Parts: sequence; structure tokens; C-alpha cells
Amino acid sequence: MGGFPETLRFQVGIYVAKFVKWLYTDYQSVFDAITHSILWFLIRIEKFLLWLPWWLVLLFVFVVGWKLKNIKVGLVFSLLIFIIGTFGLWDHMMMTLAIVLSSVVISLLLGVPLGILTAYFDKFNTIMRPILDAMQTMPSFVYLIPVLMLFGLGKVPAVFATIIYAIPPVIRLTDLGIRRVPKEMVEAAHAFGSSSWQTLIKVQLPQALPTIMAGINQTTMMALAMVVIASMIGAKGLGMEVLIAINRIDIAKGFEAGVSIVFLAIIIDRLTQGIANRFKYPE
Amino acid sequence: MMTIKVKVENLSKIFGKNPKGVLPKVKQGFSKDEILAETGHTVGVYNVSFEVNEGEIFVIMGLSGSGKSTLIRCLNLLNKPTEGKIFVDGENIVDYDKDKLRIFRQDKVAMVFQHFGLFTHRTVIDNVVYGLEIKGIDTKERYEIAKKTLESVGLCGWEDKYPNELSGGMQQRVGLARALANDPDILLMDEPFSALDPLIKREMQQELLEIQSRLKKTIIFITHDINEAFKLGERVAIMKDGIIEQIGTPEEILATPKNEYIKNFVRDIDRTKVLQAKNVMFMPSALVSLKDGLKVAIREMEHSGISSIFVIDTERKLQGLVTIDDAIKAVKENKKLVNIIKHDYYTTGPETYLQELIPYATESKYPIAVVDDKNKLLGIILRVTVLSNLV
Ligand SMILES: Nc1ncnc2c1ncn2[C@@H]1O[C@H](COP(=O)(O)OP(=O)(O)OP(=O)(O)O)[C@@H](O)[C@H]1O
Ligand SMILES: [Mg+2]
Repeated sequence: MGGFPETLRFQVGIYVAKFVKWLYTDYQSVFDAITHSILWFLIRIEKFLLWLPWWLVLLFVFVVGWKLKNIKVGLVFSLLIFIIGTFGLWDHMMMTLAIVLSSVVISLLLGVPLGILTAYFDKFNTIMRPILDAMQTMPSFVYLIPVLMLFGLGKVPAVFATIIYAIPPVIRLTDLGIRRVPKEMVEAAHAFGSSSWQTLIKVQLPQALPTIMAGINQTTMMALAMVVIASMIGAKGLGMEVLIAINRIDIAKGFEAGVSIVFLAIIIDRLTQGIANRFKYPE
Repeated sequence: MMTIKVKVENLSKIFGKNPKGVLPKVKQGFSKDEILAETGHTVGVYNVSFEVNEGEIFVIMGLSGSGKSTLIRCLNLLNKPTEGKIFVDGENIVDYDKDKLRIFRQDKVAMVFQHFGLFTHRTVIDNVVYGLEIKGIDTKERYEIAKKTLESVGLCGWEDKYPNELSGGMQQRVGLARALANDPDILLMDEPFSALDPLIKREMQQELLEIQSRLKKTIIFITHDINEAFKLGERVAIMKDGIIEQIGTPEEILATPKNEYIKNFVRDIDRTKVLQAKNVMFMPSALVSLKDGLKVAIREMEHSGISSIFVIDTERKLQGLVTIDDAIKAVKENKKLVNIIKHDYYTTGPETYLQELIPYATESKYPIAVVDDKNKLLGIILRVTVLSNLV
């Protein structure tokens, strides 16, 4: 006698689908505009990355690794990048990087202000929290479908899906960073006659910066984790290579592409973490 | 002529969702606890009135939770009063709009915080510069001012450190410098030395007094330490449960505590650190003038039952002291008053604290003479008076 009564079945999914369809037909121009601006941005980044001479990239990674940690770390980083190059995946790496970079930049542009708003307005925070939870826990395939409908195939929906997946940490950690600024410090700012804007810019954001940087690190890592999934909707890059390898059961190719993603992840993680640590003040 | 710098009239501050609605209940005389239990509102400060004179150190003291912070935070409107008026230089600041308030905070009043409230992401000098930066002073000038101010609080050479690299005492010096750099008329200090250990605390108190003697700011100072209150305060207000119980000079409060609560408070205090010579001296009923001669001196002493007497001239200037034994001997030997005058007593100014008189009182056989700077006799202090205040 188990089971839920059939009569009580309510197919909410249908309405969501209808809603997306309605968005798609009535607001096509809006989504086109968004698509175009993201694409414009993305292509410029991609072109730039692909234009960079390979040795310059190696040198850059080496120097940054050296400055942030030590010379050994710099050497290891450039070696890892070099290996990706030897796999013949240089261009793919750059395409992946372009998607990650654009997603992170857009995530920051949206996420930091949103985080500030949630920190300032408790009501807004109450609304945002479940949304952020949903964004982080919803299997990404689920929103790939509507995103695909609205933005079509290719890089833009990939960026969009990546943003959805990767933006919550920036928002959450910006919010946390600002909330954690000691009350007395904010009061001191006010007591000296600062406006709210001055308090935000001169005290709260700088104080929150180490936390925000940790958020940026997380967001970047999550964006990178998204590339394989994003490749399913046609974004070229390392993820696409993995996908192709899976389809062809090509172990060699799958290994190379997979390892490249891991290398890239390690480098990006250590670099952003190193930068984040730079923003810590003596405690 | 004293100018009133800050005047607080019937100030109340209630915390909660509907403070104005709860105010009538407070006025009906319900206690703080009753109000909290019934309405969920906290009475921070209720119906407080006082005045602070220009250039004065006004101390507000009370136990934890008595509403001191709530009160001082009303004075720069970090707390918006529920009711009441606050006049600064004759203007009611409670009426100020946002812009006027910012200008007021930038120009007239600066605050020093209990836990320093320093910006840990800024270096020491960048902390001190903050107020000037907000005021829009140009970069070069503001760093010059900040450097000078840091020097004046003894922090030369620490400009480029971060606050967390400094000891507590030094951090509060930065807090003080940050407030002073703005050159405010009024300095609000909310338990600035409470977080410091006793030795540093005493040092900072001394330094504050010294700075104050140079700058003559109007200082409103909060503490829960009655010894600190009486040491620094020209006048002291004692708070309890959001109400001011008594306002007065330390001597007034010591001499006439208004109720049991205050009596309990001042019982612990070291009176010798509060009372000055002028508070305990009295004008002796018996004195002799140089021209009076020996006979008069002996008669006066016998009459008053004392064994020594101070000698003054016609302008009341202190000339010395004679003892009864010497006087009787002198009469027999046909000597004059001037021949037997002694000078081995102690004199002191009227502002000297009893504490400093303790050695005099234990060493000397005679009363201590209190004289002004022209050596005019103002009064005398008996040895027992000094010693009895020790307990
Ligand atoms: N923002 C606030 N919201 C609610 N209640 C408050 C708030 N600030 C203070 N209170 C309450 O007001 C009362 C007075 O607090 P206040 O901080 O002024 O005391 P205080 O004399 O400064 O004590 P302390 O010595 O601990 O600093 C306390 O009962 C406190 O709980
Ligand atoms: Mg307090």
C-alpha cells in the first residue's frame, strides 16, 4: 500500500518549462544582447591568450610563482605548463582559461556588489541564501538545458553555466568578510564623519579583502571544475578533449587532457591562494 | 567665566523595536528589569541631564551595564537619542541632518574607543591620518599633522608599523593620536584605559593629564574605576541603571555622598589621592602676630589648649612657629618672640594631595601650614587629619 497517491501529483516541471519558453520567445532580444556582450568579452580574452608566446607564459608563471613562494615553486609551475604544451593541448588550455577567466571576472563584477548588499540588508540576505544554496547544490545538468535554450550552443552558455555554479563563494565570502569587520572599527569610521560610502571603501572592503580573496580562489577553482561539464554544450577546450576521449574510449588522450586540467587547477589554486595571502594584515 | 560646551537635557535612550512607545512606561516609574521583562526593551539611559564646561575633564563612571557607553555614544549620535536634547556650543545636535552630522563629527568631536577601534589594515600613520583624510585635508599637510601628533604621544618611529604589531598601551596612543590629529573641541573617551594593565594605565592617565594641560580640550571620559574617575575628573557623574545618581567634584562626592550606593562606591577609594590640602585645612582660631609679643602667644596657646602656635605678620604672611615650652622659658630669660621662632615645620600649597603630605605628617611634631604662593597662611592641617584619611 506504499507509494504516493497519483491524484496528488503536481507537475511543477511543466510550468518551469513554460516559463523558460516564455522567456525565450518574449525576451529573445535581451538574451541576444547578453550573449553578444559576453561573447565580445570572451573572444577578446581568448584572442589575447592565444596570441601570447608560449615562453612568455612560462616566464610569467615562473616569476609569479617565485615572487609568491620561492624559486622552486616557480620552476615547478612553469614545468607543469610546459608539459601541457608537450601534450599538444596548449590552445585548448588557453580556451579553457579564457572561459574560466571571463566567468571569474563576471562573477566578481556581480558577486562582490551582491555580497555587499547581503551584508548590508538582512532581508536581502534571507532571500539570497536559499538561492545560493540552490545554485551550489542543483546538479549543473539541470540548468544546462534552459541555459542552452536561452543562449544557444557554444561558449556563452558555458560561461553562463559556469557563473551560476561558481559565483556563490564570492557572494558568501564578501558577505562574511564585511560582517566580520569589528563593530568598533566601523563605528570609529562613522565617528570621524565618514559617509557610508567612505566607510565601505576605506574600512569595510579593505578589512574584508582577505576573505574576499579566499572567495575568489574558491570561485576560480569551481569555474575550472565546471569546464568538463561546460564542454557538453559546445565550449571548446580541455573539457571538450576529455569528452571526446570518453566517447572514443581513447585512454591516452583522456589521460593527457585530464592531467592537464589537474595541472592547471594546481597552478591556479596556488597562485590565487598566494595572492590572497598577500592581502592579510599582521594579526 | 566658564563657558558651557556641552549641555545634555533629559536625555533618554531605549533599545528595542519601538523605543518611543515604551518611553511612557519608563516615565511611569517601572524599573529597568520590569521594562525588559514586559516589553523586551532595554533602558540604556533615562532622563539624564548635565553640563560640561569648556576645557574640563568630565568623567562619567558606573558599573558595567549602567549605560555609560550608551550615553557617550549619544554625544556624537552613534546612538540616536530616544528623547532629549544635546546642545554643543548652543546647537541641538539631535536635530542635525546627515550632512550636518558628518561635518560635526569631522570638526568638533573625536572618539577614543575601549578596544582602540584601530584600522588594522592601515599603518599607524595611516590610522592617524584617517580623520584628516575624511575632512579632505591635502595629503602632504595631513601627513605632517599626523607625524607631529604621533610625536606628541611618544610614538616617533612607529609610523609604518601595523597596529597589531604594537602593545596595547601603544595602540591606545595611536587611538589618542588619531583623535587628536583632527584637533576636535571635544574628546569622547569610552573606557580608553580599561583594557590596559595597571602600570601602563597609570602612565596613560598621567600622559592624558599632561596633554590636557597643553591642549585644554573638553574631555568626556568614561571609566568604571572610581580611582581613575577621581584622579582625572574635575567633575564626576556617577551612573546606575541608566540614571545619573550624583554629579560633583571628587571632593564633593567624597564629602557628601548622596546615598548608600555612592557611599559604597567611595568607600574603596584612596582618599589621600583625591583630597587636597585645601579640602581638609582649617583656619586656626589661635594665631599670633609678630608685634603681639610673648605674653599674648602664651595666653592664646593656653586658652586654646595647644602646644604650638603659628606666627604671622600684618599681611598674614607666615613668619614661623613658637612652642609653649620655648615661650615660657623665654619669658623667664627675658627674650623676645622673634628670638624663639622656629622654622622646622612643613608648609605646602593648597592643591597638594594628602598623599604627598603623609611623610610630613609622620615626621613633623607640628601641624602642616598651608600657604599660597605669596606665603600667606591659608590654613593648617593637623597631623591626625592626614593620617586618619589613610584608612
Ligand atoms: N545596541 C544595543 N541594543 C540593545 N541593548 C543595548 C545596546 N547597547 C547597549 N544595550 C544595553 O544598554 C545597557 C547599557 O549598556 P552600556 O553599554 O551603555 O553599558 P556600559 O555602562 O557602557 O557598560 P560597560 O562598562 O560594560 O561598557 C545594557 O543593559 C546593555 O545591554
Ligand atoms: Mg561601555
